Amino acid sequence: MVHIIWVGLAAVGIVYAMFNGTIEEVNEVIFESANEAVYLIISLVSILVFWLGMMRIAEEAGLLTKLAQLFKPLFTRLFPDIPHDHPAMGYILSNFSANIFGLGNAATPLGIKAMKEMKKLNGDKDEASRSMITFLALNTSSVTLIPTTIIAIRMQYDSIAPTEIVISTIFATFISTIGAILIDRYFYYRRQGRLDYDHSIK
Amino acid sequence: MIILLSNYIIPLMILFVLLYGTYKKVPTYEKFVEGGKEGVSLAISLLPFLLGMIVSISIFRASGAMDAFVSLIAPVLTFLHVPPDIVPLALTRPISGTASLGVATDIIKTEGPDSYLGKLASTMQGSTDTTLYVLTVYFGAVGIKKMGDALKVGLLADFIGIIASLVICYLLFG
Repeated sequence: MVHIIWVGLAAVGIVYAMFNGTIEEVNEVIFESANEAVYLIISLVSILVFWLGMMRIAEEAGLLTKLAQLFKPLFTRLFPDIPHDHPAMGYILSNFSANIFGLGNAATPLGIKAMKEMKKLNGDKDEASRSMITFLALNTSSVTLIPTTIIAIRMQYDSIAPTEIVISTIFATFISTIGAILIDRYFYYRRQGRLDYDHSIK
Repeated sequence: MIILLSNYIIPLMILFVLLYGTYKKVPTYEKFVEGGKEGVSLAISLLPFLLGMIVSISIFRASGAMDAFVSLIAPVLTFLHVPPDIVPLALTRPISGTASLGVATDIIKTEGPDSYLGKLASTMQGSTDTTLYVLTVYFGAVGIKKMGDALKVGLLADFIGIIASLVICYLLFG
């Protein structure tokens, strides 16, 4: 889908420019903006190196595991199908903790491991289980405390308060996570309702 | 107040991590360097994504097509207190994180990071993740073919995240 948007933006832009008489501007902007992207990445390196370095210390000090313990009571309720001490629960918790710290790279492999364990629990079927859908909903609403990359970009464009958006992001993330959990529950009960209905017909 | 709170969060987190790491006898500097190397490769790997999307959007904007599109849908959106310029970001956010990072960057650059739109774009980019990416990576890696309600749930969650960003930014910065 991203292909269509990407090609669409450029193609519509070029065709529109031909009729709108802005082809000169378009021609200029192609090279200017490519140049700008490279400068932007160079400025991103600084904050990404610093932050991922810090987070590696946090990981090594066991802060991620601590955080996981903190969230465990909540998560056993969110994933009623997973036994408390099953490895799947451990991976889900560490994936969640890594996301909170904005460690996308660390979160992904943990998430994949969590999925593998959940698949085992589901009898190795190629169907998404209830827990998998809940896990996905949690991941897409992404609980992030520090949106590192966006702060770096704000700094690059001379923001007077690059971190001003941390609070608004935390609020928004909190609401979208609650929303994701509610939606997930709603669809689950709807599926259950349909199953009961099918059974009663039979 | 918001600025003050936000200003404290990061330095305090850093202080805590450094002191706690030392207390736990972590070889802090070595680990910092190790993690930092990952940051370099992450930034480099972002380059093609960001460059491609930024060029494409710049063409769209420079041609005048963006303004035409925005003024087309503006009446409905202003009625709902939604700045029309945010629409391209809201549309790309659920599809690709790196692509939407390009869109958000474009908004921050043209409108300024401290403008209302700049803050809104920052919040929106930071507060939701990309359903399609998570879905493809996680389900792809373990071979789940029947996704059930997963896509619907994910996209609706994204939608809520976008609405939440709009409302919160309106309340905090509007």
